[in-house]
Amino acid sequence: MSKTVARASLSIVFVALLAFLGVDRYLSATETKAAEGLPKEAALERYGFFLEEVSREIGIDFHHQAPVLDSKLDHIMPQVASMGAAVSIVDFDRDGWQDIYVTTSKTGEANALYRNLGDGRFEDVAPELGLADVNRSGTGVSMGGVWGDFNNDGYEDLFLYKWGSLELFRNDGGKGFTRVTEGSGLPAWSNVTAGIWLDYDRDGNLDLFFGSYYPEDLDLWHLEHTRIMPESFEYARNGGRKYMLKGHGDGTFTDVTEELGLLDQRKWMMAVSAADLRGTGYPDLFIANDYGTDDVYFNENGERFVDAGEATGVGFAPKSGMNVAFGDITNEGRYSVYVTNISEPGVLVQGNNLWVPEPGSSPTLRYRNMASTFKVDMGGWSYAAQFGDLNNDGFVDLFMTNGYVSADRKSSYWYDFSKVAGGNRAIISDARNWPAMNGRSLSGYQAKRLWLNTGQYRFQQVAQAVGVHETYDGRAIAFADLWNRGTLDIVVAHQRGPLLVYRNTTAEDRNWIAFDLEGSESNRSAIGAQVELHWAGNRQLQHVSGGSGYCSQNQRPLHFGLGEHTHVEKAVIRWPSGRTQVLDSPAVGTVHHILEPSERESEPV
Amino acid sequence: MSSSSSRSWGIRYDSRYTAPLLITAILLGGHLSFGILESYKAILIAIGVSMITELALSRLIRGQWPHLASAYISGISVGILIRTPLYWPFAVASFLTIASKYVLRYRGRHIWNPSNFGICAMLFLAPHVVAPLSVQWGNNLWPMLVIWILGAAIIARFRRFHICATYVAGFFLFAFVRTWFTGDSFLAEIAPITGPMYQLFVLFMITDPKTTVSSKSGQMVVAFVIAFVEMLFRLGEVVHAPFYALFVVGPIALLIEIVRKDRAVRAEAVVAESAA
Repeated sequence: MSKTVARASLSIVFVALLAFLGVDRYLSATETKAAEGLPKEAALERYGFFLEEVSREIGIDFHHQAPVLDSKLDHIMPQVASMGAAVSIVDFDRDGWQDIYVTTSKTGEANALYRNLGDGRFEDVAPELGLADVNRSGTGVSMGGVWGDFNNDGYEDLFLYKWGSLELFRNDGGKGFTRVTEGSGLPAWSNVTAGIWLDYDRDGNLDLFFGSYYPEDLDLWHLEHTRIMPESFEYARNGGRKYMLKGHGDGTFTDVTEELGLLDQRKWMMAVSAADLRGTGYPDLFIANDYGTDDVYFNENGERFVDAGEATGVGFAPKSGMNVAFGDITNEGRYSVYVTNISEPGVLVQGNNLWVPEPGSSPTLRYRNMASTFKVDMGGWSYAAQFGDLNNDGFVDLFMTNGYVSADRKSSYWYDFSKVAGGNRAIISDARNWPAMNGRSLSGYQAKRLWLNTGQYRFQQVAQAVGVHETYDGRAIAFADLWNRGTLDIVVAHQRGPLLVYRNTTAEDRNWIAFDLEGSESNRSAIGAQVELHWAGNRQLQHVSGGSGYCSQNQRPLHFGLGEHTHVEKAVIRWPSGRTQVLDSPAVGTVHHILEPSERESEPV
Repeated sequence: MSSSSSRSWGIRYDSRYTAPLLITAILLGGHLSFGILESYKAILIAIGVSMITELALSRLIRGQWPHLASAYISGISVGILIRTPLYWPFAVASFLTIASKYVLRYRGRHIWNPSNFGICAMLFLAPHVVAPLSVQWGNNLWPMLVIWILGAAIIARFRRFHICATYVAGFFLFAFVRTWFTGDSFLAEIAPITGPMYQLFVLFMITDPKTTVSSKSGQMVVAFVIAFVEMLFRLGEVVHAPFYALFVVGPIALLIEIVRKDRAVRAEAVVAESAA
């Protein structure tokens, strides 16, 4: 080849490559814009389900209000006061219908408990039951609430975490709630953004794990200084502490954080969830940290937690973790973990993490981030995400919400944000150095993602096609079968926005089965119990969670889609007590209410 | 940077390895202390594609085997300065970086700084998958000072410190000017230069001997103009302001120099002809 030909050929390749990048950019933008909704029948035929936003229609009219903090933060208030819209599902009165608890975050505003009336409508009963007026001046404001039966009386109690005074409410037989915070052992004040129930030592009493986002001694309404921001966008260690409170079954708790080895870091914890990741029978902790790496803590027989972030491979690449959700995405009886982060084209492209366990790595456990391979990497400024089989095809899908600050559509704060975020700690950590937002948006008006699991190691984004068009700043997501129809409906809480309810309609030929577990020797909420369902060569694992996603909690019953299959081989239940129960050929199309059997009745482990 | 070698205790040291060694030290120091790399795979792809492309193109187009120090630096620069959870952008950026040296030429010189071109192409054409390194390595002052001091000392040995100094002085001056327009604090305006991206940009990118003008005063003027154009981009809230400023100013400065030299040569030729 002559040099001239070589140079000409190279020039052609060079220009073609640049052109390809340009075309790819154009197509990518076009794809986003062209995401139009399908008619209901077409969506049902193509994807097997269709979603309709029905909140007003069913009697839900709730609008989250953001906190108003110390005036020293006025210039960046939208980004500092950017959390607090949470949602959790509970059947608080045990009437067989799933209810909704939702928080707001402005002083004086009321949280809501939407009781499911069973006729398709909901009614806010929080004021009369004592769960509304929880954002009083001087007590801080709500960030989220999770439900767990701490006294094992059969009724779910509420742990309300706040930036401020944390609260514990005892459920009095579904008729009302009594505030039992005093003497419970909860810290008097903290700035908690994530909290869950779990039974870390399997003693049958629920424990609490939560973390302070800002330092726990900070009163965000009365700041003595403005050095409250993270010291780094990727390696911040100036956040709040974590808390593990051991429950005694009577509404009292003991702080065991230090003795369990969980008091060593001050990362900015945004989300946490617990599951038995290694098959040890004990729940491990997976934590998503803002401004840092994700964390994994292995539970060593309920006696201590061991930091396994780097050992598992998740503790190296720092991002902006906001969510932890577990899902058996390949029907192989193991959990992958989905952590959301921030992706803003051309500015900050972190990509979300899908941590998939390497085969055969349990109990040592090694993860690989396979978000790109499974096509679930690119979101936006992402918050909550949950796994659940939304089209009942036998594979869990992934629903995720996006959007940070939606204000002026024509002006963005991203330039100023990136200008300071890369600065030295002396600059970035002081709120005074942050340019004023002046009504500008920051990753605002972002579309949600609904990734349909194709069952072939990749997901397909169908949110807009199946009816999800709203672009409020999403925070929390909870799945629940709100109308007992055998489908998972979706509830989404938005910062400074409405609570939306997406009613799900699935194709008629899709079957399902669900399990509503109740512990006896185990904690009565059965938090930590696992069901492994075997059908038609599939083996899907789910567990009862005391909180997952971001400031979210799904319904207690475990829902499995079965596709067109009408027969289930067996369901293997592993209770937190260590007992194993096998249900042979359970009927499909129904919710099985299972009481933990006595030791004599259970299968040998 | 000028090529020279020294011999002591029988070991020959080629000074062209100094810059690669420095950037490798920065890379390793940054990664071992703060884990700056998302994965070794990405940086190895960037370096590998860069060096293979250099080998292949030099052999095919120039008919000679190249010294790979420059391609190595370009590969590391690409590997550090772009951020993406995907792997292919590292390969594409490295290829574009090296290929630009062979395609975008005028009068026998490549006119764009190679890694600047590759990075700008990715940031402009593939922003949906690529972002620049924009965050601090641990936000700790001491590693930053060590890198600046060490880097400055080595750059001074190559007699190019005046470029870095002029640019940094210009950046601070224009940061102060920007505060008049933006109303933001001076600390906010100088925040970017305290990050690692600027360490690489100032020490390695704007000092590239192949794409800077030849006179010392010219180099200082160009560095100052880069800082000025960067200010204009920043006032327009362009996130990638320093890269785009170099992308615009660098080739124009070179073209002006080439044209002026051509005219001078032609004028000398005319004078010589007249004299003859």
